Amino acid sequence: MGTMNLQCPMPKFDFEVINLGHGSGGLLTNKLLEAGVFGVLKNPLLDTHHDGAVLQLTGPTAFSTDSFVVSPVFFPGGNIGELAVNGTVNDLAMCGAAAQYLSLAFILEEGLPMTEFWEILTSVKTAAERAGVQVVTGDTKVVERGKGDKIFINTTGIGAIHPKADISMSRVKTGDRIIVSGPIATHGIAIMSVREGLEFETTLQSDTANLNHTILQLIDVFGPAIHLLRDPTRGGLATVLNEIARDARCGVEIHQRQIPMLEEVGGACELLGLDPLYVANEGVFIAVVEEQFAGAVLDRLRKLDFGAEAQIVGEIVEAHPRQVVLHSEIGGRRVVNMLAGEQLPRIC
Amino acid sequence: MKFISEYRNPELVEQYVREIRQTVTRSWTIMEVCGGQTHSLVKNGILQMLPPEVQMVHGPGCPVCVTPLHMIDKAVWLAEQKGVILCSYGDMLRVPGSRKSLLEAKAAGADVRILYSPLEAVQVARENPGREVVFFAVGFETTAPANAMSVVHAQQLGVKNYTILTSHVLVPPAIEAVMNDPEARIQGFLAAGHVCTIMGMDEYYPLAEKYRIPIVVTGFEPVDLLQGILMTVRQLENGEYRVENQYSRVVQPQGNPAARKVIDQVFTVADREWRGIGTIPNSGWEIGPGLSAYDAGRKFDIQLEKAPESTECIAGQVLKGIKKPYECPQFGKGCTPAMPLGAPMVSSEGACAAYYHFHKMAETIAVE
Repeated sequence: MGTMNLQCPMPKFDFEVINLGHGSGGLLTNKLLEAGVFGVLKNPLLDTHHDGAVLQLTGPTAFSTDSFVVSPVFFPGGNIGELAVNGTVNDLAMCGAAAQYLSLAFILEEGLPMTEFWEILTSVKTAAERAGVQVVTGDTKVVERGKGDKIFINTTGIGAIHPKADISMSRVKTGDRIIVSGPIATHGIAIMSVREGLEFETTLQSDTANLNHTILQLIDVFGPAIHLLRDPTRGGLATVLNEIARDARCGVEIHQRQIPMLEEVGGACELLGLDPLYVANEGVFIAVVEEQFAGAVLDRLRKLDFGAEAQIVGEIVEAHPRQVVLHSEIGGRRVVNMLAGEQLPRIC
Repeated sequence: MKFISEYRNPELVEQYVREIRQTVTRSWTIMEVCGGQTHSLVKNGILQMLPPEVQMVHGPGCPVCVTPLHMIDKAVWLAEQKGVILCSYGDMLRVPGSRKSLLEAKAAGADVRILYSPLEAVQVARENPGREVVFFAVGFETTAPANAMSVVHAQQLGVKNYTILTSHVLVPPAIEAVMNDPEARIQGFLAAGHVCTIMGMDEYYPLAEKYRIPIVVTGFEPVDLLQGILMTVRQLENGEYRVENQYSRVVQPQGNPAARKVIDQVFTVADREWRGIGTIPNSGWEIGPGLSAYDAGRKFDIQLEKAPESTECIAGQVLKGIKKPYECPQFGKGCTPAMPLGAPMVSSEGACAAYYHFHKMAETIAVE
């Protein structure tokens, strides 16, 4: 992660940086694709070089898209390439599906160093292999310098839903337990630590990860006992819980003491004046689980990848419908609202 | 986090709440001066733990909230000038000016940057010699040493393209303004711990004497706040009015002499307008006479009509503790953190935002 893949030495390109010609569709585009993208991401469906991929699908299928504009594109613990793969793979996993095929579209800014593009591309490859997904179609466009921010990536994914999965908002009911799979707010704080103007010293790394294997193993064992899965990316835990309360028309209660968080993340949030409940996550998911199976799901999850720190953080209640109430660590209670706008660091 | 968690210990919290309950025999109205204290009281659910006799009123100690509309307009005007980089603490960005907020100016193309320290702004000025860098220096006594230090740094480094737009305010004159208001009914104060870390406690003795009110210098964690409230209630019940220091692990009686020295070197006391309250004599700092080259207000010929304050926003009454945020007819309706009418709804330390986000009163407003 974050380092160049030694199995994939960068081919010799004629240019050191991306220029407008690389998006022209002409010779330069072809060279970039042949030596670059196709060479790295090789698979039979991509190798046809056709306008689109032809897929054989049967049964219930999940389909999801996401665009990635993270700044900076290289951050502690990863880069935009693996984020783009993991993001869509995880969105499919939240539907109970194993990602099978991905599309990959780049919007490159003129001037992007070839070495950086290569590093991002090899991260895409590694992340796709880890998740067991194939990149089968894609696109590359180049915009003038100043019209982008180095690189934007869109991925769209498709995958078959696990036969035992029965995941939907309508299945959330009173008594269900809420499980958080790992420490919250790590990704957002890791990114913030390298943002211009806000840099601070930390060893924190983004927790970006593909959650599909973990989730599918849970579904395999517990099937319909898992009522809902969500990944609390933008807007953090608070936003997703508010969406559950609103859409399932139920109350949500959470206990601050149970919410897993790295000490360093808590410290950075104190310092920056941010509420970790609203900070973005990547390698974390929320599972709303049938009460009687919650303990067993938790035990299992803790033995799986990315689940060692999982906790039951709260429950679905009949009281205060559409509201999320937090029991503070000192025993007080407060309402956790949706976030208005972006969280801005405070003065003092 | 060890030094934080012990001040969030539920057993200690419970013990203090019990002691407050046992001590109080009648109603008392206490103002916590600092917005950080307001935020902590509400966020931790402490207000609901207190016995009904203890009424907490939220004071004017939120720098974002008391920065006048005219100052925001000046910052926006500066940000919109060609070649200017306007640097600011994050929570000033969303505060509505009469035309727009800094965030809106940024969206429209102005170069507005969020920084954590004004010293970084001096660095930005060094890296951009062809441009003018202005730091929006707002805050109470707490941010003043760093803001002053940035001017000292710029001077030492010979940086000529750096200025600060000063809107500094002071706590003791605000306490006087609150006590002099005929509608105010405050009987005791929790003074702002971090302000006293810089300034010490000397300024508070004459105030306690003059208004015969207990003033307890208090920290920000739940245990700090409850201990400060208990100390205030004890004094009130005993008919005392002394200055006490709950936050002695941080606050020295003489403050921080080095920080005070750099403040004295750069700033002089001046009258200051407070949003919603009006002008309070000798209630702020401005750049001293020898350093006017670093004063954005003097370096730039800011041409602006002074805009009138919103008539719907009752910020002044909220900041003086006369009204609670939810007593405002616009609270949660015409005024929300996403569409604020006034600054106390914007800042994370503003009384209105604190209530909107955290308090059980929020249950009475629509969630969607």
